Amino acid sequence: MFRSDEYNFKQIDWISVLLYLLFVMIGWFNIYAVSYDPELDNSIFDFSINSGKQLLWIGGALILIISVLVIDYKFYTAFSYIIYVAALLLLIVTIFAGTDVNGSKSWLDLGFIRVQPAEFAKFGTALVLARYLSEQQFIVNRQQWVVSVILITIPAILILAQKETGVALVFSAFILVIYREGMTSLILLFGVYAAILFVLTLGVGEFPVLIGVGVMYGIILLYFYLNRRRFYKNVFLRQIITTIVFFVLSVGFVKGVHYMFHQFLQEHQRNRIMVLFDTERDLRGKGYHVRQSKVAIGSGDLFGKGYKQGTQTKFDFVPEQSTDFIFCTIGEEHGWVGSTIVIILYSLFMMRLVFLADRQKDKFSRVYGYSVVCIILFHFLVNIGMTIGLFPVIGIPLPFFSYGGSSLWSFTLLLFVFLKLDAQRVHVLAGH
Amino acid sequence: MKERSVVIQLIIATIALVFIVRLFFLQVLDSSYKLEAEMLAIERVVDYPYRGEMYDRTGKLMVYNAPVFDIMVVFREFKLKDTLTFCNRFGLTKEEFVKKVKDLKDKSKNIGYSANKPQPLFKQFSFEDFAHIQDYLADYKGLYTQARTVRAYKYPSAANALGYIAEISPNMLAKQTDGYYKQGDYIGFSGLEQFYEEELRGKRGVQFIMRDVKGVRKGRYRKGEYDTLSVSGKSLYTSLDIKLQQYGEQLMQNKIGSVVAIEPKTGEILAFISAPSYDPNMLAGRKYIQNYKSLESDPHKPLFNRPLMAMYPPGSIFKLAQALVGLQEKVITDRTQFPCDKSQVNCHPHPSPQDLRGAIQYSCNPYFYMVYKKLLNQEKNPNKFKDTEINFDAWREHILSMGFGTKLAVDLPNVKRGIIPSNQYYDKIYGDLHWKFSTIYSLSIGQGEISVIPLQMANLAALIANKGYYYPPHFVRYIGEDKKVPDAYRKPIRTSIDSSYFNPIIEGMERVVLGGTAYWLQIKGITICGKTGTAENPHGDDHSVYIAFAPKDNPKIAIAVYAENAGFGAMTAAPIAHLMIEKYLKDTITRAPLEKMILEKNLLHKVKTK
Repeated sequence: MFRSDEYNFKQIDWISVLLYLLFVMIGWFNIYAVSYDPELDNSIFDFSINSGKQLLWIGGALILIISVLVIDYKFYTAFSYIIYVAALLLLIVTIFAGTDVNGSKSWLDLGFIRVQPAEFAKFGTALVLARYLSEQQFIVNRQQWVVSVILITIPAILILAQKETGVALVFSAFILVIYREGMTSLILLFGVYAAILFVLTLGVGEFPVLIGVGVMYGIILLYFYLNRRRFYKNVFLRQIITTIVFFVLSVGFVKGVHYMFHQFLQEHQRNRIMVLFDTERDLRGKGYHVRQSKVAIGSGDLFGKGYKQGTQTKFDFVPEQSTDFIFCTIGEEHGWVGSTIVIILYSLFMMRLVFLADRQKDKFSRVYGYSVVCIILFHFLVNIGMTIGLFPVIGIPLPFFSYGGSSLWSFTLLLFVFLKLDAQRVHVLAGH
Repeated sequence: MKERSVVIQLIIATIALVFIVRLFFLQVLDSSYKLEAEMLAIERVVDYPYRGEMYDRTGKLMVYNAPVFDIMVVFREFKLKDTLTFCNRFGLTKEEFVKKVKDLKDKSKNIGYSANKPQPLFKQFSFEDFAHIQDYLADYKGLYTQARTVRAYKYPSAANALGYIAEISPNMLAKQTDGYYKQGDYIGFSGLEQFYEEELRGKRGVQFIMRDVKGVRKGRYRKGEYDTLSVSGKSLYTSLDIKLQQYGEQLMQNKIGSVVAIEPKTGEILAFISAPSYDPNMLAGRKYIQNYKSLESDPHKPLFNRPLMAMYPPGSIFKLAQALVGLQEKVITDRTQFPCDKSQVNCHPHPSPQDLRGAIQYSCNPYFYMVYKKLLNQEKNPNKFKDTEINFDAWREHILSMGFGTKLAVDLPNVKRGIIPSNQYYDKIYGDLHWKFSTIYSLSIGQGEISVIPLQMANLAALIANKGYYYPPHFVRYIGEDKKVPDAYRKPIRTSIDSSYFNPIIEGMERVVLGGTAYWLQIKGITICGKTGTAENPHGDDHSVYIAFAPKDNPKIAIAVYAENAGFGAMTAAPIAHLMIEKYLKDTITRAPLEKMILEKNLLHKVKTK
């Protein structure tokens, strides 16, 4: 044990660790900038404001990191199913015993601390997906990815039952992991095609999209017809039938989106989505948040207003300034240059993790690594996307930056379990 | 499947690129967010400058700024349990209070209304009033005090000269070109307050204060980097002698008319009395609207600035001007005599015939009838009518050069020019070349179509004292601590009359006091040169007119008094002028009974008020 641990610390990927520490520090300073009241002139260590509390969470995270690195890497493989099931049980308990916070019941009050089992469920699902796929010998086949999707969907549904839609949606990030492990590319193409139809239907309207779809498939049919002599007759027929099937599916999808949107979603959910298309809409509700968030970032100009000089985030114009909307502070106080630096560093960090995942000899580590990347990527996409009005307001934090212990610890756990696995990769090979 | 990691890397890169481009549009290209942020989070707090004070010529403070207290209310915090007690304490009825609150909350009337921002509930409590209500303020949440200043006047005098300030009207706001004023600003509305507005007002400062989403102030934006300090207005050092002013107002009590006293050597106005007048403090402070209405409806029109706006026929004092033109045009000399021939114009008994000095001494109407007749019939043209026209034009030019029929460049707004009719004016009435001396002869004694303002009369006295030139009458001595003197009042204006012609006129005026129409009003030790006048008034008793200067050598004061419905010039106007001259030159009154007679004289009942 002792020898392998020593080995560990030398082998750990310091680039990722340094980027992690950098993000946590940037986050901490920005949380301070938000909580800073020029009239009170508090110190960054003041425990009555968020930056002081975040320091406690950071301290906790460091303890967590050491624990993760000390625990034998085999623990995660061995206990992945147990951890997953335990997470599911916790989620079920939470549905009934959870504390009501802002309309969702996703928090468990343990008396001295409040935890969000949904965060833990991400970790459990990443482990179980890695374990399941690593047990398969070959490239993922249809049956295996159906099982995988089920493993992902169960916790997502349980979280949805806690009315924590944002966190539930994070689980869709695992699709990208399965794709990496060999699921057909078509699924991604269909996904993109469906997403385009979805956005257009809501943004432009049902009728124009249907016309567009009709014209597009008409052109395809015409093309096949004009070139019919180049193909065998049965190939030509298959082309025609496939095209018609896709056309019918597309029309059905567009109609379905329209119907679902207007029948199933509640007013406030519709508004969250519709503000993306119409910035003047719902200025007192969700539109107000998007507007204020854009105003804060947009007022940053090229170089920003300067550290602690922001007005929009600090003075509560932007909601949830230190948690979900922390990026607004970066945008407002450090401008386009600051935001761009953060985005580039974040991208490099994720690409580094992809690189680390790819160098794993062990499938378990690789799948787990991709799960970590995809979860962080999803948060990055949705969180920053919503602050600049590209995504609906879905309340999920920006990993490592946002204020809050639950979020910081769960991402630290996710990341450092992977870094531990990575550090042990030579061992893993030797062990097999 | 390794190539799929490239796809994932590409997805990451694409998302990052989209974000960076989107942020570039949002932050760098689109400036609307910046403006909106400033509008939302940064409040402009105006730092009102201290308005310049006004001093009299002896350095006495006349106009200053007194502290007042506005009571502001933040409706979000303001809860009333007992409205009635509140109303009693603050001195208004429940209905008034309810209406006030309703008006404040009405966004169409109060554009900037917000329940989070202080709204003015009561304006301008004086120091004394505020002391009464101060203790109650602690009982109510959401009430705040805001200290400001209002104009205060040390002496209840010179209202029409000093003017007043008031909240700028929407009309004036719309008309301003430089956009300096904002709604609620105070601006000089009349008098010196209006004329020297730009010097007095100073420069507003602005502080940029950060506000949070609830409107709570959160300190200075950028530690005050963009803030500007207000610059106090410059003080105005005026030429008024407040003691003389007050004495003149006392003398003019219960009379209607004007007194203007000028220092001939400089054109500085020493006293400027419009009677009846009012206490300028009435138009400063809370009761402004109420007081303004009562002053406006006063039948004796205290707001009417008579020295500048009341146009009267000058009467006999105009004979001095006629004599000067006669001498300049050489139709008479100082030795020319005319008999007192009452066939054309009436006169009062006096020795006859008289030369020029005697004619002035006794104010002989036929003499000046003859002077004017000679002036208009100089036979420069064989056509009698044409000749009249040529001579009339020449005459008019001389008269205009003495400041009549023109706007004197006094530093007060709304000065009238008076009327010296032109030949076109008579052409219009009688037809071209259809009028001659006999048509317009009443001008010779200052009656008829001619009218002047009291300031022009005083100016006539000043220019005679100066023997041929005058400085535009003015109040300003210097502005601000650097003692800046406006150039406009440093240049003398020459009349078209040679200075040598003034001596006989001055001697005639001396004789008016020594042995003429004002002989009984001599003041021991002061050689006063004067001229009485009695302006015919078709609406009632004649107006009493008098101009004078003193002493004869090196004159220190020139004065014009116009008292409406007061009879002969020597009866009312002349005693007032002489008392004021003595007061100014000697600072004592030797003729107490005369003073008493004037003080007790009440002419208000003679004035017809419609």
